Amino acid sequence: MSERQLVAGNIAVAMGALAAGCRYYFGYPITPQSDIPAYMAGELRKMGGTFIQAESEIASINMLLGASACGFRAMTSSSSPGISLKQEGISYMAGSELPGLIVNICRSGPGLGGIDPSQADYFQAVKTGGHGGYRTVVVAPASVQEMYDLTILAFDLSDRYRMPAVLLADSLVGQMKEALECKPYVPPSDLPAKAWAVTGKQGRKDQRIVKSLFLGEGELERHNWKLWGRAEELKAKEQRSEGKYLDDAQLLVTGFGSAARIAKSAVEMARTAGLKVGYLRPITLFPFPEVAFQQATATCKKVLCVELSTGQMVEDVRLSVARDAEVVFYGRPPGTGSLPTPEELFGQIHKHYGKGA
Amino acid sequence: MQPVFQRPISLKDVATHFCPGCQHGLIHRLVADAMDHFGVQPQTIGVASVGCSVFLYEYFDIDVVEAPHGRAPAVATGVKRARPDNFVFTYQGDGDLAAIGTSEIIHAANRGELFTAIFVNNTTYGMTGGQMAPTSLPGQRTLTSPEGRDVTIDGYPMRMAEVIAALDGAAYSVRVAVNSPKNILAAAKAIKTAFSYQIEKKGFAFVEVLSACPTNWGMSAVQANERVAKEMIPYFALGTFKEKN
Repeated sequence: MSERQLVAGNIAVAMGALAAGCRYYFGYPITPQSDIPAYMAGELRKMGGTFIQAESEIASINMLLGASACGFRAMTSSSSPGISLKQEGISYMAGSELPGLIVNICRSGPGLGGIDPSQADYFQAVKTGGHGGYRTVVVAPASVQEMYDLTILAFDLSDRYRMPAVLLADSLVGQMKEALECKPYVPPSDLPAKAWAVTGKQGRKDQRIVKSLFLGEGELERHNWKLWGRAEELKAKEQRSEGKYLDDAQLLVTGFGSAARIAKSAVEMARTAGLKVGYLRPITLFPFPEVAFQQATATCKKVLCVELSTGQMVEDVRLSVARDAEVVFYGRPPGTGSLPTPEELFGQIHKHYGKGA
Repeated sequence: MQPVFQRPISLKDVATHFCPGCQHGLIHRLVADAMDHFGVQPQTIGVASVGCSVFLYEYFDIDVVEAPHGRAPAVATGVKRARPDNFVFTYQGDGDLAAIGTSEIIHAANRGELFTAIFVNNTTYGMTGGQMAPTSLPGQRTLTSPEGRDVTIDGYPMRMAEVIAALDGAAYSVRVAVNSPKNILAAAKAIKTAFSYQIEKKGFAFVEVLSACPTNWGMSAVQANERVAKEMIPYFALGTFKEKN
């Protein structure tokens, strides 16, 4: 077993990326993710990797596109307004079937907003914020350990399904310190070789062209169905979630990332108080763990969704459970002083428990 | 018999989509000749831009990455840093490089990235049908400057070769034209020199090529070529603006 260290979530992301073999980092300064580039700047130079502080978020996502087109694991990190600027590049990467990791340590908005923990970029990440219709992997860590583990998973899924991956977190998970066990990374043995990467022809007969322009008759339609097919395969095989107390739950509490951590404390309080409350936390936001929700709501007929926003993931919860359960929402849009306490969420559990369930 | 003139091996034997009198095909040829000259075609990764030159991969027999509009220098940065032993070049038009992508080209040049930038300046947005470009000349009539470019409203044409030369990170910056045999020979030499800067790891090299767009200028090929000499060259001086040893 490897050693346990006390590290901040943002550093765990950087350590996970290095463990996964990422040697190319491109970014631009923005709070509250600046620990990631600072760590990468030091480590990558020692390791002979590439760290570039780009002139803009737009340049950094395109440098990522270039390094990824060469077949290497590469990443960028930013926070909400910066991620907005990267959307063009993410769309091009998706259209060009390029993997790559985009880390969003969200801050509050819209606009300049503030730097408080926020989950209001769920739509942008999960429904995709760029043009043209595509999907990306989206993972949502709720602990420092998961910041490390899900960074690695994001690289693996991104390579396997040839689409960008987004890690969605906020400063609560990014800046808190917890014990981290850096498990050594073993690449999945069945990861396909990157036979599409540009290398220079080197005597190869066929050119390799990384592009998203398809003008031939029917070509773009076929391309779109191919991308859709990969997303469907991802949905079928890669849904991940954490569940607790699901067997006898009469009220199911859900949320992702930092909100889920607070909700989990509230669920434990409820159990101590003798209330049959369950907990279900999506770990992958795309693919959304709809099967876990369907299973849980076969018996539990009421779901409380908690988010640090006015309600975004709740729409996917409703889609997943269809009419099998009533879905209620409790949200605190981000801002100074608006992070809910476990007691506050316990109050919400009380409010909904036993009513209409 | 010894062939004395043939298609460069770096170019594919296909017809291009370029309009009659367009000089992209000629500039492609000069770039391919330079690739053949140094024997770098097997190691070359081209970065295509958005505009008439987007189909680079249809004409050059090389690996290609297509960049979003204006972003070719950032994409090429990622490519060259990831594959420093490959030969990397970008090929961009004036809207791509000098308007939407100004930031990317300036900073790539300033970092001294070891790729070669080919910049085709024809004073108009060709692919979208002839709008005003950052390099359109004062008084030039375009779809979006129907009365002619008014510098009090639209600002002045950007002299990019001089702008790039002013950056410490740029090692070589030159402006050439392809409107006469003499200028074509000088352009061929400049492109080869620019390539040598990358091959010898001397630094970032930038070649601005003045080019004709008869279709969007509403001219015959001959008239368009005359406009390059009479109107463009007087504003966009030919010459070498930076040549670090």
